[in-house]
Amino acid sequence: MTTAEAVTTVTPQRTTRNLPRIYALESFYELLKVVRLPTFILPTLLFPAMFYLLFGVSFGSGKTFGDTGVATYLLATYGAFGVIGAALFGFGVSCAIERGQGWTLLKQASPMPVSAYFVAKLLVSVLMSAIVIGILLILGLAFGDVAWQPGTLAKMTGVLMLGVIPFNAFGVLIGLGAGPNSAPAIANIIYLPMAFVSGLWMPIQALPSFLQQVAVTMPAYHYSQLALKVLDADAGGSTIIHLAYLGVFSVICFTIAIALWKRDEGKTFG
Amino acid sequence: MRKINPARLPATTLHNITKTYGRGKSATHALNSINLDIRQGEVTSILGPNGAGKTTAIKLMLGLLQPTSGEVSLFGSKPHDPVARVRTGAMMQIAGLPDTLRVEELVRLFSSYYPAPLALDRILDIAGLWEVRSRVFGKLSGGQKQRVMFALAVCGDPDLLFLDEPTVGLDIETRRSFWAQIRRFIARGKTIILTTHYLEEADALSDRIVLIDKGEVKADGTPHEIKATTSTRCVSCITSIAAQTALEHPAVQDARVNRARLEIATSEAEAVVRHLLDLDPNLRDLEIVGAGIDEAFLQLTHDEAPNHSDLVS
Ligand SMILES: Nc1ncnc2c1ncn2[C@@H]1O[C@H](COP(=O)(O)OP(=O)(O)OP(=O)(O)O)[C@@H](O)[C@H]1O
Ligand SMILES: [Mg+2]
Repeated sequence: MTTAEAVTTVTPQRTTRNLPRIYALESFYELLKVVRLPTFILPTLLFPAMFYLLFGVSFGSGKTFGDTGVATYLLATYGAFGVIGAALFGFGVSCAIERGQGWTLLKQASPMPVSAYFVAKLLVSVLMSAIVIGILLILGLAFGDVAWQPGTLAKMTGVLMLGVIPFNAFGVLIGLGAGPNSAPAIANIIYLPMAFVSGLWMPIQALPSFLQQVAVTMPAYHYSQLALKVLDADAGGSTIIHLAYLGVFSVICFTIAIALWKRDEGKTFG
Repeated sequence: MRKINPARLPATTLHNITKTYGRGKSATHALNSINLDIRQGEVTSILGPNGAGKTTAIKLMLGLLQPTSGEVSLFGSKPHDPVARVRTGAMMQIAGLPDTLRVEELVRLFSSYYPAPLALDRILDIAGLWEVRSRVFGKLSGGQKQRVMFALAVCGDPDLLFLDEPTVGLDIETRRSFWAQIRRFIARGKTIILTTHYLEEADALSDRIVLIDKGEVKADGTPHEIKATTSTRCVSCITSIAAQTALEHPAVQDARVNRARLEIATSEAEAVVRHLLDLDPNLRDLEIVGAGIDEAFLQLTHDEAPNHSDLVS
């Protein structure tokens, strides 16, 4: 080391940091993690497609639920199923696991803006949702008897993508509230029964009436009803009520999540 | 010698901090009303046995924990203030990074959090990561992982560096080069807070040692001052005097023969030496050594060890 170097003092020229760059890098590396370890996210992408192929495209061929073709109907509900899965697993469970590793702690200890962490995870979840919807649309249009005008197609995609907000809010809740080992189990215990009761696998009208009453309390029910409204195949509830339910649900989840983030005493597990 | 400007703000302070984890019966009192000012431009080592509260103190300074009571400040602001945060870098004791990201990707990501980060090549150089720069984190050895964490801590060229047990698991050469990096940082006017269980490391690197135990500051001073807290010194020589005889002198705390040398622990070395010379004028190879940092540490942290003789009735 030269003497000149030793006497150099702190250079006070500090430019402000480049926030868009932080968000971009954070999101890029978040995506890179998913791409390099796809086994984690693959089931959430493939299960809806598999179910849809089986129950929608093949068993449902030529059949209808009311006036709507089964493949058409299930395209809406499995789309909802896929978006919820991407949120609960892609966001929620991965968040819980990283908390367990101590990666979250290290980021909290760095000057990273907290929002960058969540924006990155949200963007990846949006992308995963778009991929699930895309796969289902291709299957439905190519192999099912789905015949949608571009208008219906765009509207359906838009409504399904809206689900990203409430269910990622719920995902954060799981990510911050559950331990890394219990998070996958908790997510599944909520995900699968909720999907069934809310009529994502078969029309709500086909369920016993007490389950139909339970369904009304589920966010997935209100979400899928909005998607079915695009096809005029919903159970007849009011759009305003569905939207209001999902809005309030999102706010509650976010509020609890923020409290959990603050309370989280930098714990790591295992 | 470095000049320390006394008018400068402390880099970070803990004012009357108490931190209790949990509530009720399961509550752990990690810190009990401690006060600590970390002066800028110094290496401060926080030492203490396992569970003393070192990591807790660092987490409070970084705003990762809320104190149960008391005030924390970081560069004169709250620890959450982004303006203060971009001046810090931290190496946490427990941290797992994503196995699938490459070393240079991790460094690039963390560098983006800072307004004036060091160049990537420079960081890889400092942390000794050139050979593994494009390897994914999951395929690094333990020591290499440790170096990546060091790289992430220094990448933003922070004014204040928190290092919680940074040299655990490093080989001797890496540890040496790590020390050299710390000295280089300090030469550039930076402030470092270090915890370590390698006491000779703290002795060699620190301007100041803060010793905490059971959540309280037990000692605070330069390494020299800390060592001076234990007045016990070791007198040794080659002599015909038996250990038993030496023990008869009231100032001799302990005496034994080790490889033909008589070794005596005492806090009145001069009196003991005079006494020994009286007994054996032929005594040779006389040596008086001050106690090391280890002795000081043990003495300072064992003050309140239960006195077993009290328990025997
Ligand atoms: N998240 C937590 N929840 C409950 N208790 C905790 C938590 N973290 C630490 N403690 C307790 O607080 C005390 C101080 O812990 P801390 O981690 O600060 O010790 P330390 O000095 O860093 O120890 P070490 O040398 O082992 O790293 C310990 O008794 C520990 O068990
Ligand atoms: Mg510790």
